[in-house]
Amino acid sequence: MYIDPHIHMVSRTTDDYRRMALAGCVAITEPAFWAGYDRSSAQGFVDYFRLLTDTEPRRAAQFGIRHHTWLCINPKESEDIGLAREVLAEIPSFLDQPNVLGIGEIGLNKNSRNELTVLHEHIALAAKHQLMILVHTPHLEDKLKGTRLIMDAIREHGIDPGRVLIDHVEEHTVGEVLRRGFWAGMTLYPDTKCTPQRAVDIFEMHGTDRLWINSAADWGVSDPLAVPKCQQEMRGRGHLEDAIRKVSFENPFRFLSQSGRFSTGR
Amino acid sequence: MSTPLNAREVADRYFLEHRAKVLDLAAFLDRYDRAAQAGGQPASDRSDDVRMRAMLAAIRLLADGKPERARRILELWSDQSTDPIERAPMKGAIGAVPLQDR
Repeated sequence: MYIDPHIHMVSRTTDDYRRMALAGCVAITEPAFWAGYDRSSAQGFVDYFRLLTDTEPRRAAQFGIRHHTWLCINPKESEDIGLAREVLAEIPSFLDQPNVLGIGEIGLNKNSRNELTVLHEHIALAAKHQLMILVHTPHLEDKLKGTRLIMDAIREHGIDPGRVLIDHVEEHTVGEVLRRGFWAGMTLYPDTKCTPQRAVDIFEMHGTDRLWINSAADWGVSDPLAVPKCQQEMRGRGHLEDAIRKVSFENPFRFLSQSGRFSTGR
Repeated sequence: MSTPLNAREVADRYFLEHRAKVLDLAAFLDRYDRAAQAGGQPASDRSDDVRMRAMLAAIRLLADGKPERARRILELWSDQSTDPIERAPMKGAIGAVPLQDR
């Protein structure tokens, strides 16, 4: 049994839901993200939020998987502050939907001033509504700098780091994220971010507290079964089932349950 | 939570996988050199591509015998500046920064 706490099912097939259920997936959370192209208006995001709060929960339920979501305009589309503010204005009308856990995946992409401005406005929205936050950290060479800028921005708003998950950590960011009191997520990708082997190495070096794994499977090269494959990597090394369950079920369950809306349906 | 494997078991479990990756890396560098030579560059000249310079620097780090190679390579390839940039020039990332700017 496992939870995939970060996956973009709008980009995946119904067959993927079936395979995930067969592999033991009982619940997922789906943050709002970049669709691979820039949307031309705020109305495009409204349609997307309807997909996340209505269509996907019903599609997941066919396979006994509980679907939850996080809403935002992602940092890749935040360079246009005017559009970002229009989208931000639409988010409160979706916050009462039962599968909305909080604001996410917000953060930075290229670490620009406009991205940072929009990030601050998302954090303020979360603070106003006492919502949890799921953070996207930048890619590759931009990750270290962006992760630090994001953590500093969250601290400025007085948000409890125990209600914030900093995602896509790797060996050069995980230690600082955990030291500063945040939760950390490792994304299991074939080419970028973490492989299952490196994720297990990180558990062995940094422990298993406040740390989870996710597939972040989307429209790119990615694997919706990455979490059970990482479980298998832990078994192959001889790790105990208690440790495997902790990182792939209990940790996400504990973090996400702070929202008051998360359920595995069991 | 330390690794349950001893050093011999780590080698037994992962050597062949990483032997193949080393060969892939060698073949990639050979492929790059052949393409550079076909384009009129000397085989040893990789100075016009920050990614290739970054990769060669990482390979040197691999062999330095010190711990935490993965963390140190990621730091080597990271933008170490601290201020936000004025405007995002593109959406993607290339995977390394120009080393002469460090």
